[in-house]
Order: sequence, then structure tokens, then C-alpha cells
Amino acid sequence: MLILLKNLGLLFFEFFKAGLFAVGGGLATVPFIREMGAVYGWVTEAEVANIIAIAESTPGPIGVNAATYVGYNVAGIPGSIMATIGLITPSVIIIILIAKAIHKYYTSHLVQSLFLSLRPAAIGLITAAGFSLLLVALNIKADFRTFQFSAELSTLLRLGLYAVFAFFAFWKKTSKIHPLFFILAGGTLGGLLSL
Amino acid sequence: MSLWKLFTMFVKIGSMMIGGGYSMLPLLVRELVERNKVITEDELTDYMAVAQCTPGVIAINTATFVGYKVRRVIGAIVASLGVILVPMILIIVIAAVLQNFASYPIVQHVFAGIRIAVCALITAAVYKLFKKTVVNPTGFVLFLLAFLFVAVGGVSPVFIVLGAGIVGLVWGWMKRC
Repeated sequence: MLILLKNLGLLFFEFFKAGLFAVGGGLATVPFIREMGAVYGWVTEAEVANIIAIAESTPGPIGVNAATYVGYNVAGIPGSIMATIGLITPSVIIIILIAKAIHKYYTSHLVQSLFLSLRPAAIGLITAAGFSLLLVALNIKADFRTFQFSAELSTLLRLGLYAVFAFFAFWKKTSKIHPLFFILAGGTLGGLLSL
Repeated sequence: MSLWKLFTMFVKIGSMMIGGGYSMLPLLVRELVERNKVITEDELTDYMAVAQCTPGVIAINTATFVGYKVRRVIGAIVASLGVILVPMILIIVIAAVLQNFASYPIVQHVFAGIRIAVCALITAAVYKLFKKTVVNPTGFVLFLLAFLFVAVGGVSPVFIVLGAGIVGLVWGWMKRC
């Protein structure tokens, strides 16, 4: 009982730390999970790879999925809840504070001009993130430092599939179809074509 | 918007986002901007910008922002809990009975297909935001620089957001003087 309570406390504390210091989304929590494995023996290196694979292929934020998984392995369902709540608590607090400030000064001249130049840059960031997701989805490996690119035979098929989905996502008559149908169609085709 | 509506909307978004924070973008545009009109395209872009350079999971940061806009602190908490509900249950099931879930070939094929569909959705959603936001040459230069620095140069988004923010502040300050 005492060990369970201690583990629950540790899980909360360790994932709180990851949530507080991991900047840049779910995958940024991975180094923190590795460290937990080294310090507490909660996960092995092989398990970390498995956790990333599972987190990426199930719905939900990757960081949350990873925290739930590690928490469950250490202390069952209470562990998964403590780890996840620990991970999101710093986010929620920090964002509420920022949202409060933005809300208060949103119409001020300086905040408006800040966002005026921030918005196009933010679109650039989102495009970059989408671009790297696309490279992974199309099985293309790109190293822009050494200008080395490699693709597999399946890349052509994947590119064709992407073009079809993009066409339907852009075409006015089909663009109102709910994203869920795109996801279902993608999964079905992926299974049928053995991508 | 009622708290219950807010909660169920984010439960829906959380259970359909596959592949991390950005995969929620098409769903956010559809559910929040177009269908329920609780935020504008500009606000969504602002939230995503801040969510990327603050600590924590991007999806949670964005949900907290939207929840705060709709129903203040309680809304922020409710929206964040909504996003994590279904993913947590699924992961607990997988951790309990399907530890090697990700290594089944059929799972890999299905998710390879889903990732491609999600990328197409993201492309369309980003284009919508682009058309709305990048409306002049200065904006286009900022867009292009941010994209190239991150996608090709491997620079952390944190520096891009800080840099663009400083440019905006200086610009606004000079225009006032």
C-alpha cells in the first residue's frame, strides 16, 4: 500500500516535470520518459520504442498516450490517471495565465501588432509540422543538412493516395465531409492495400 | 456554449485526432470555427502559435485556450479533460491486454493509411488558415522564413515564435511613434 502511494506520488511529480519542461509537443516528452526508465526502472529502451509506436497509432495527444501507458505499467489504472494528470497540470495552469493576460490586452495596440506578425509565422510553423508528418506518411527520409533523400517503392502508391484524399479535402463539393470519414477511408484503404 | 457541449466536443476531437497535436487542426477548424463558431480563424492561429512555444502537450495547450475563451477557468479544465478521456481509456486497454498492439501488421497498414488521410486533411486546413492570414507580402515573407527555418533548418519553433513576436512589437512601437 505504502509502495503504491509512493509510486503514485512519484508518477505525478515526474510527469509534472515533463509537462513543465517539454516544449514543442508530445514527442518532446520522450527524453523525460527515457530518464524515468534510467532512474526508476519504469521502462526499458525497447519499451520506450514500443510506447512511441502505440502512442502514434492511437487517437489522442502523443504525450498523454505515453504518460497513460507508463503510468499503467507502474501502478495500474490509478497510476495511469496520476501520470496523465501530472503531465497536463502545468500546461493547463500556464495556458490559463497566458489566456487571462491575452484576453485582458487582446485589443491593445501592442498585442494586436504582436499577433499581426506572429500569425503568418505560426502558419509557417504549422506548415512545417504538416510537411514533416507528410514525409513520414509517404515513407520519405530527408536529411536537409546533407541533402540526402531516400524513398521506398511504396512512396508512389502513398503519394497517389495522398493526392486523392487532398483532392476530396479541397474540392468544394466534398470538403464539407466530416474528417472522420476521411480517417475511416484512409484506414480501410491502408488495410486493403497493405501499406 | 454549455460546459457539457464543450466537454463532448473535445471528447470527439480527442478520439479522432491520430498522430499528435497537429492532427487536431482539421477537427478544430471544422468543429470550432465553422460549425459552432466559438472562435475565429485568427484566434485559432494565435492559440496554436502560443501552444507551440509554451511547455506541455500542444493539444492540451490548445484545448485549454479554447476552453478558457468559452467558459473561463472551468471551461479550460473541462476542455482539457475532454481531450484526454477516450485516449486514456484506449491506452489502458492496450496496456492491459494488447501490449504488442503496434507490432501487428494489420495495425501498421491501417495506421499508414490513416496518416496519409490525416495529412491531406491537414493540408486543406492549413490552406484555409493561410488564405485568411497571409494577405500581404510582409506576411508571406514571415510565413516563408518560419517554414524554411523549421522544416529545412531544423530550428526550434520556440525561437520562431519569439522572433516573430519581437518583430511585431518593434513594428507596432515604431508605427505608433
